[in-house]
Amino acid sequence: ATGAYPKRVKVVEVGPRDGLQNEKNVVPTPVKINLINMLSETGLQVIEATSFVSPKWVPQMADHTEVMQGINKLPGISYPVLTPNLRGFQAAVAAGAKEVSVFGAASELFTQKNINCSIEESLERFDEVMKAARETNIPVRGYVSCVLGCPYEGKISAAKVAEVSKKMYSMGCYEISLGDTIGVGTPGSMWEMLAAVMKEVPVGALAVHCHDTYGQALANILVALQMGVSVVDASVAGLGGCPYAQGASGNVATEDLVYMLNGLGIHTGVDLQKLMDTGTFICNALNRKTNSKVSQACCRL
Amino acid sequence: MGTVPSALKHCLSYQHLLKEQLWIAEPPAAAHPAQEPQASGLPEYIKIVEVGPRDGLQNEKVIVPTDIKIELINQLSKTGLPAIEVTSFVSSKWVPQMADHKEVMRGIERHPGVQYPVLTPNLQGFHSAIAAGATEVSVFGAASESFSKMNINCSIEESIERFEEVTKSARNMNIPVRGYVSCALGCPYEGNVVPDKVAEVSKRLYSMGCYEISLGDTIGVGTPGSMKKMLEAVMKEIPLSALAVHCHDTYGQALANILTAMQMGVAVVDSSVAGLGGCPYAKGATGNVATEDVLYMLNGLGINTGVNLCAVMEAGNFICRALNKKTNSKVAQASFSTGNIN
Repeated sequence: ATGAYPKRVKVVEVGPRDGLQNEKNVVPTPVKINLINMLSETGLQVIEATSFVSPKWVPQMADHTEVMQGINKLPGISYPVLTPNLRGFQAAVAAGAKEVSVFGAASELFTQKNINCSIEESLERFDEVMKAARETNIPVRGYVSCVLGCPYEGKISAAKVAEVSKKMYSMGCYEISLGDTIGVGTPGSMWEMLAAVMKEVPVGALAVHCHDTYGQALANILVALQMGVSVVDASVAGLGGCPYAQGASGNVATEDLVYMLNGLGIHTGVDLQKLMDTGTFICNALNRKTNSKVSQACCRL
Repeated sequence: MGTVPSALKHCLSYQHLLKEQLWIAEPPAAAHPAQEPQASGLPEYIKIVEVGPRDGLQNEKVIVPTDIKIELINQLSKTGLPAIEVTSFVSSKWVPQMADHKEVMRGIERHPGVQYPVLTPNLQGFHSAIAAGATEVSVFGAASESFSKMNINCSIEESIERFEEVTKSARNMNIPVRGYVSCALGCPYEGNVVPDKVAEVSKRLYSMGCYEISLGDTIGVGTPGSMKKMLEAVMKEIPLSALAVHCHDTYGQALANILTAMQMGVAVVDSSVAGLGGCPYAKGATGNVATEDVLYMLNGLGINTGVNLCAVMEAGNFICRALNKKTNSKVAQASFSTGNIN
């Protein structure tokens, strides 16, 4: 049976951060700001703006302060930013951020390679951020990477994902976004992983962040929706390749997601045409073709 | 994702992962013992009908030489695919890409246990197909009057009459006939298509003797919502076991639509190696869903297909090189660094 779907889904737009961070070409600050401003006009309620990480590690996000200060912050829209540690958190708040995100992982090896410490140590760093955020009334979103597979460890146990998610939720993250970082998940593994996580974290606090590297994203998202998840991350124009598979795609395209949700009669508040126009803008600026099939199809009719 | 430092360069390469087959799983030997409630609603076995050599190549810009077509079909025959749509006995005036239908039919290796259906739009095509050695044929109806007129120059009713001639002859010769219904989820001319209309046309085709009805989302506009509604209407008239879905990925919805169909019990899925075959109604857009991507999903769900994904990827690589084009399969793209097998 297909089951009932949520009546509304919150779409979290990660293009300006996750998308641009994983694009080959570095985008000038005014283009980033314009992208975010255009996204703000589409009806999206959450737009991940940038990352307060050292530019030594992520040069694409070196202009985080200018971006944060340069964008139009529309009322009713949240502009979360990544903050890997206390220093990043403080810089983000100083630049005007009102919501932050922290990134955990369900894989020890991925955590080692990515941020040079163990999962336990990374959670300790986040705890500092959580404390400071609590004092300043700043909501924190938690991400768990590698929930359906890891480029280093291979298979990841659903129990491990549940354990890390539970820890981050208990620390105070208001929402946990479960990321299929290399896009290897299928509806089967998605179901199994969510069943385990939902024993520890209420479904209302869960989001899915699916990558389309193997073309499975929308099918995986469909299963998540059937299980009651009502927050979905996506990237306009499918920005952001996969750093672990050269030439392959990464994030699922927001346009394709919204098209599916519209067809299911699920309310998102997002104007698909305005979204496509925004995708066209950023693809022109990046001198690349869109990864959104909806955009590809509509532009030619 | 979090930060991505240069340590990344030292991570396992995808070639390494592929060799260990961490993600490109073998088809399951037996049903998973702990069938998840969601998965237990799914069929244990899905029959994949490979339409690349016909539907795929017919909608590619480049006309493919006969020997390449034959080689493609021969490679596909070795993958475990149970059905491979070979060619179309249509006048070469209308479909020049399929002008070599006789040579292809006669030139391919016929593997035991594999069906090689061909399109036959009318009695003349049917006779020609049989003479060339065909042992299964397909007829193409549509759920939209405008599409029927624009595509085959007659009304739905007139097309049904033509097909009846084919199914009558086929019955006399014990030749199975598969029926297709185009525009099941939308029409490039009429827009919305009413599910009851799809059910009505499907019923006509089934009643005249088609053993299976393949419901085609011809322009790929369907979503899980419209797929469900359409199947509910059709399932009132046709037994589930006689239904197949033929989804196009023009709007990226194909796998989600196929999953929905499987959740409702449909156990036959059409697809095209390397996602061959663009959409003739949206220039530059994609068409058929890629067999590799469907297989990846089915393998991940523990559903049996009998098909070897790696072998299909090799066939996909072969035809993409021959066509000088990039694959439309995301699995193929991800598995090989530049989309070509090393």
